[in-house]
Amino acid sequence: MTGIQLEQVLVLAAVLFVLGMKGLLVRRNVLFMLISIEIMLNAAGLAFVAAGARWGQADGQVFFLFILTMAAAEVSVGLALVLQLHQQFKTLDADAAAELRD
Amino acid sequence: MTVLFYVAATVAVFATAMTISRLNAIHALLYFIVSLFAVAMIFFLLGAPFIAALEVIVYAGAIMVLFVFVVMLLNLGREAEEQERHWLQPGAWLGPVALAAVLLLELGYVLAQGSGAPATAGAVSPREVGRVLLGPYLLGVELASMLLLAGLVGAYHLGRRDKDAAR
Repeated sequence: MTGIQLEQVLVLAAVLFVLGMKGLLVRRNVLFMLISIEIMLNAAGLAFVAAGARWGQADGQVFFLFILTMAAAEVSVGLALVLQLHQQFKTLDADAAAELRD
Repeated sequence: MTVLFYVAATVAVFATAMTISRLNAIHALLYFIVSLFAVAMIFFLLGAPFIAALEVIVYAGAIMVLFVFVVMLLNLGREAEEQERHWLQPGAWLGPVALAAVLLLELGYVLAQGSGAPATAGAVSPREVGRVLLGPYLLGVELASMLLLAGLVGAYHLGRRDKDAAR
């Protein structure tokens, strides 16, 4: 880690996380909400790897592997839900599936 | 090294901002893949080459291909052709290509330097990652395998097409 400060990487991770959260809150398309969740998970993984690199330990990278596994499982289930939503409501609008509220 | 980090970070933030603001899903995915490449570059600079490779192979490769498959599945219809024609306009892919070219130049610069980032003192080799992963974190690996199995079963159950099946 020559020259790069830990704070810089953490700020980058925070910016990416906030961008993902903004996307999750603003977009109503289920597909874009899933992509935003991926952005947030990736930012969290970046923070893990940066912290691991700061102390020269492998633990950060191990946790990135776990995040990667979790993201893969989450995407497979989430995309199956997107397909079901499209099949039933003929739209990807998240508000179309709000009938549980009524 | 710091300059390389700043360039990659700028590309990552810009590509992510473009990702969450695109109206077309494929455009957003293109920008997101570029963003993942930029983050992989940062992993490389941080001395984690194994994670950088995994980011490209698993994240940008497998997971994004899954997204693209679903987008293609949802767009079956006559308007898909029209969309396809629309997608091939230069405005659609010039942005991601330009950002990816920046990363390619950066990669070429790092390789031309001779002394890549993994040679720094803080680098953690894949060997060490594997030793820690299957040592203290063995229980986590087992739990991850169960999570993946649950995801597989859940995706299969949710993705069924037959409507008359009990739900």
